[in-house]
Amino acid sequence: MRLAQHMAIASDKVRAVAIEATEFPELSRAYQVMAVPKIVMNDRVQFEGALPEAQFVDAVVRAASGNGKS
Amino acid sequence: MAILSARDQDAVRKEFEKLTGPVKLVVFSQALTAGDLCRQNEDLAREVAALSDKASVEVLNLSIDRERAEAYGVDQVPAIVVEGAQDYGIRFYGIPSGYEFSNLVDSMIVASTGEPALSERTKTSLAALTEPVEIKVFSTPT
Repeated sequence: MRLAQHMAIASDKVRAVAIEATEFPELSRAYQVMAVPKIVMNDRVQFEGALPEAQFVDAVVRAASGNGKS
Repeated sequence: MAILSARDQDAVRKEFEKLTGPVKLVVFSQALTAGDLCRQNEDLAREVAALSDKASVEVLNLSIDRERAEAYGVDQVPAIVVEGAQDYGIRFYGIPSGYEFSNLVDSMIVASTGEPALSERTKTSLAALTEPVEIKVFSTPT
């Protein structure tokens, strides 16, 4: 969440939403959360586990351009 | 009874020395949906905000304060919006405990200063975004 929230500060295009998976089981099921942290960007790009900053921002760019499944 | 231990309070108070501008936690609750969780969330937000005179709390009701909820894009509870000089789009759904608690504190600091700790390459990539991106981060307290 830390990287996401710093990116939200840096860009008015980015929103960072932390979701406590056990308190929102329906949402977690809908997004097939099997392991945490699970990151979902624009409901298009998703991955589990932490990524280094450079790869994380690349995923944000892919999510924005809508051409990336990962 | 306090949620945060005296030691946690001291640690957060020290972290909050980095706050440079006002930061507000806008808390959304709804007694009928998740009363106990919402109360705990409100209590936590109040305890955290009490640790700095730059931090404040506003508690809203999702069903009563509908316009505010819509404006913030909040549709579930418990929820916290972390707002600095502007609404930067930082949201916490569910009580931010465990690892998420340190993220809450960190988000308050960065919303207060408006200075994210990111590389120049990252900032350049973000500045080129033309479409909005919502990043959902699912986590658990442990």
